[in-house]
Amino acid sequence: MTYLLKPRLHHPSLAANELGFTRRDYEGSVSTLCAGCGHDSISAAIIQACYDLNLPPHRLAKLSGIGCSSKTPDYFLGASHGFNTVHGRMPSVLTGANLANRELIYLGVSGDGDSASIGLGQFAHAIRRGVNMTYIVENNGVYGLTKGQFSATSDKGSKSKKGVENHDSAIDLVSLALQLGATFVARSFSGDKAQLAPLIRAALAHKGAAFIDCVSPCVQFNNHAGSTKSYDYVREHNEAVNRLDVIAKRAPIEVDYAPGTTTTVTQHDGSVLALHKLAEHYDPTDRIAAMTYLAQRQAQGEVVTGLLYVDPEASDLHDSLDTVERPLNSLGGPDLIPGSSVLAKINADLR
Amino acid sequence: MSGSLNLTNDFVVKFANVNGSGSASANSMFAKSVLRMGVPVAARNIFPSNIQGLPTWYEVRVTGDGHLGRRGGVDLMVAMNPQTWDRDIAEIEPGGYLFYDSTKAMPESKFREDITVVGVPLTRICNEVYSVPRERQLFKNIIYVGALAALLGIEIEVIETLLSEQFAGKDRLIKANFEALHMGRDYVKANLKPLGLQVRRADAVGDRIYVEGNSAAALGAVYGGATVCAWYPITPSTSVVEAFMDYCAEFRTDKETGQAKYAIVQAEDEIASIGMVIGAGWNGARAFTATSGPGVSLMTEFIGLSYFAEIPAVIIDVQRGGPSTGMPTRTQQADLIGAAYAGHGDTKHPMLLPQDPGECFEMAALAFDLSDRLQTTIFLMQDLDIGMNEWLTEPFKWDDSRNLDRGKVMTYEELEAGVDFGRYKDVDGDGIPYRTYPGVHPSKGAYFTRGTSRNPYARYSEEGHVYVDNMQRLLRKFETAKSLIPAPVLRKSGKATRTGVIYFGSTTPAMHEALEILEAKGMHLDALRVRGFPFSDEVYDFIAAHDRVFVVEQNRDAQLRTLIVNEGDVDPGKLPPVLHYDGTPITARFIAAEIGARLGAAAPRSPVPEAAE
Ligand SMILES: Cc1ncc(C[n+]2csc(CCOP(=O)(O)OP(=O)(O)O)c2C)c(N)n1
Ligand code: SF4
Repeated sequence: MTYLLKPRLHHPSLAANELGFTRRDYEGSVSTLCAGCGHDSISAAIIQACYDLNLPPHRLAKLSGIGCSSKTPDYFLGASHGFNTVHGRMPSVLTGANLANRELIYLGVSGDGDSASIGLGQFAHAIRRGVNMTYIVENNGVYGLTKGQFSATSDKGSKSKKGVENHDSAIDLVSLALQLGATFVARSFSGDKAQLAPLIRAALAHKGAAFIDCVSPCVQFNNHAGSTKSYDYVREHNEAVNRLDVIAKRAPIEVDYAPGTTTTVTQHDGSVLALHKLAEHYDPTDRIAAMTYLAQRQAQGEVVTGLLYVDPEASDLHDSLDTVERPLNSLGGPDLIPGSSVLAKINADLR
Repeated sequence: MSGSLNLTNDFVVKFANVNGSGSASANSMFAKSVLRMGVPVAARNIFPSNIQGLPTWYEVRVTGDGHLGRRGGVDLMVAMNPQTWDRDIAEIEPGGYLFYDSTKAMPESKFREDITVVGVPLTRICNEVYSVPRERQLFKNIIYVGALAALLGIEIEVIETLLSEQFAGKDRLIKANFEALHMGRDYVKANLKPLGLQVRRADAVGDRIYVEGNSAAALGAVYGGATVCAWYPITPSTSVVEAFMDYCAEFRTDKETGQAKYAIVQAEDEIASIGMVIGAGWNGARAFTATSGPGVSLMTEFIGLSYFAEIPAVIIDVQRGGPSTGMPTRTQQADLIGAAYAGHGDTKHPMLLPQDPGECFEMAALAFDLSDRLQTTIFLMQDLDIGMNEWLTEPFKWDDSRNLDRGKVMTYEELEAGVDFGRYKDVDGDGIPYRTYPGVHPSKGAYFTRGTSRNPYARYSEEGHVYVDNMQRLLRKFETAKSLIPAPVLRKSGKATRTGVIYFGSTTPAMHEALEILEAKGMHLDALRVRGFPFSDEVYDFIAAHDRVFVVEQNRDAQLRTLIVNEGDVDPGKLPPVLHYDGTPITARFIAAEIGARLGAAAPRSPVPEAAE
């Protein structure tokens, strides 16, 4: 297998963001996924979101498990450190990384096999701990890398490419995340960049555990009729409850306040989420209402997308542990070692 | 009674109690009172995997000569558990003593002819004074401590001081405990005579401290600069983290803000614990977890990742009896092979093997330097015996000029100056590459960490020669580790000998005593204590210099011996194993008998220990 580096030369006319970075600066190496794989579109949306948010690329840390989806961090943000961990265990590694340095921005990328099967426990616990991260599951309802087995998000009764029927009921990661206490929960579709990129921006700006379940068709093993994770199915059954704009803290806030159509939510860091409501009665700040709404629509075969829930006042794991502001990895001997005089006292107490 | 033992400052007392009866603190106070008399003690808890009701023992060796291992045999049995009466009585040495609660008369047949029986009506004394059942139970323990003090010549003021320290600020409790203590003492003074076993004030403790290995290791982690700890409860390692929490709360809280300069997370399982440790290590913080064999099994996949992706991590493995759930509250040294080669594919991990709490402290601190220097998992291999028992050990020492050795980390300045960064390049020829912390530089030094094969610039590659080069470099790094692991300690026999013995860890004090016993019988052995893995050349030189080298360890399959044979060019026939694995700490008598028999008689002995406890 080869590893291709993208040419680093920039076209002089490439637009730059406020930090002077072009989109190229947010790219990674050339994708080795199948042409047309939904995961590549998600990588593109991540690149777009980071560019739009004016994030210094090296201040992001991107972590993943194992799977086609988990390979993608290689294909964006080449200037940031990345970590392909082991299957299903990205959440714990991300948690540890976050504990070591609270100043970086953590992006966890995973697959539905990775997060809903082998890694379900780690997924659940990272969410309930409120780790400050953006956690994206690239959900294709199938194991891509191992060639087409069912995952835990495959629908009951659905058939694999080979015609085998799935007898187990599906795990809905969005409902689960809501139940577990995620403070930012969204669902989107890899084929809808206009919706996905702003959601990723909002998630990156969110303090606490932000979860995005992104339906991402696998063109090899799960894009056929009968799959609810195929391009066609999602296009036909996508019910977007809202559309999102993220307005950075320093940007002038100009949103349409027409009642019933737009909500604004100000997050911790001052960024404002302007939510253009599409579903009349949808309130993205009411966890229980969101769960009910999701369940109702799901029963009707709809794939509800958009920002489903947000708690703008969320706190994170560092708040719970009350750790110092300085990153723990920057503390040195003098900050950490009590010294020989303290040891002498301890010795005395042990006699 | 004629033929009774007469021993001063050199005898073994064993308390047989019922778990949950509150005897633990009274028994440990007894041990401390002997220490405060200036006489060394070695104490061992032998307890069941159960919270209440099952038998539990506490063995105190009063050891004026300073033999801190278990000797074997019991000179005075304090039999407080009817359930285990018969086997407890059977354990008493001929001429020894039995102390029991004589409230209810016992038939003669329940005693032995060759021992001295000392009865104190503990229940009766208690019931006369206390009416609350819990008080009756707790103070009964203090009453027997008072009675034993009078029988053995321990100064009552010493125990009073200990009680005052323990209940500092709670005057009512101090007074009540004093009363109970005096009741026991007064009963003995009025009704009994001192025993042939006596504690006499001495000056043999010096400045040594009395502490458990687990809390010593926790303190070592504090001095080693650990800031992240992720763990999952498992006996006998839990108290490592509990002690770490206490020490951190005391020494790692920011004075101005009250905020924590550390993060401790109780993970959902061992897999997540080591995952967090690896995440933190990748991101430049010093991180550790504490666990035992079953936990290491679960962590194995991640340990392989730490090896191949070269990420620092520290695992404190407090070993217990396996396999599986085995004997969870008993001691063994049976995780050696599992830890040394944890992972799939070709993996090897350095291990540190402390002999006592003093070394638990020292080696815990060292483990963090080593893991940063070698960028890999370092195992600190304790066991239940050192971890959960209080041992008399050298005081903790720290050199204030020592700072954290962060290993080869390429800085912003170096990257800025244009130093070529290849994450897995062997720049210095020692197998250890340079790393960068995430976020260090806007355009240089970033790389992708993965468990898959890659080239020196961290780029994915499945080319055979790239993979082989990398695996060879990892071997070079392991070779470098030899120079960083604490060297073995040689203890030469007084006489030239062609026989040697290799041992490690908690076996040490019993081993040293066994060497003395054997020496007295004219059997001389050179002894080498290994302190870590990989083994340095000294280990193999030692073996080469002797015709026969016993390897003494506390497991069934001779795991240390296997590692020695596997890692070096040694004839296994030269290394007869001496194995003890019934879950109790090895005794000097056992080692001396095993080696003695094999040196004396040609017939090989069974490796199964004689029924001890
Ligand atoms: C412990 C372990 N078990 C199994 C595997 C094999 N494996 C690799 S990827 C994968 C499934 C990936 O599925 P998913 O997370 O949905 O990602 P996708 O490839 O579909 O994007 C499996 C089972 C592994 N790498 N490690
Ligand atoms: S197998 Fe499926 S998930 Fe994997 S790269 Fe191909 S299309 Fe994408």
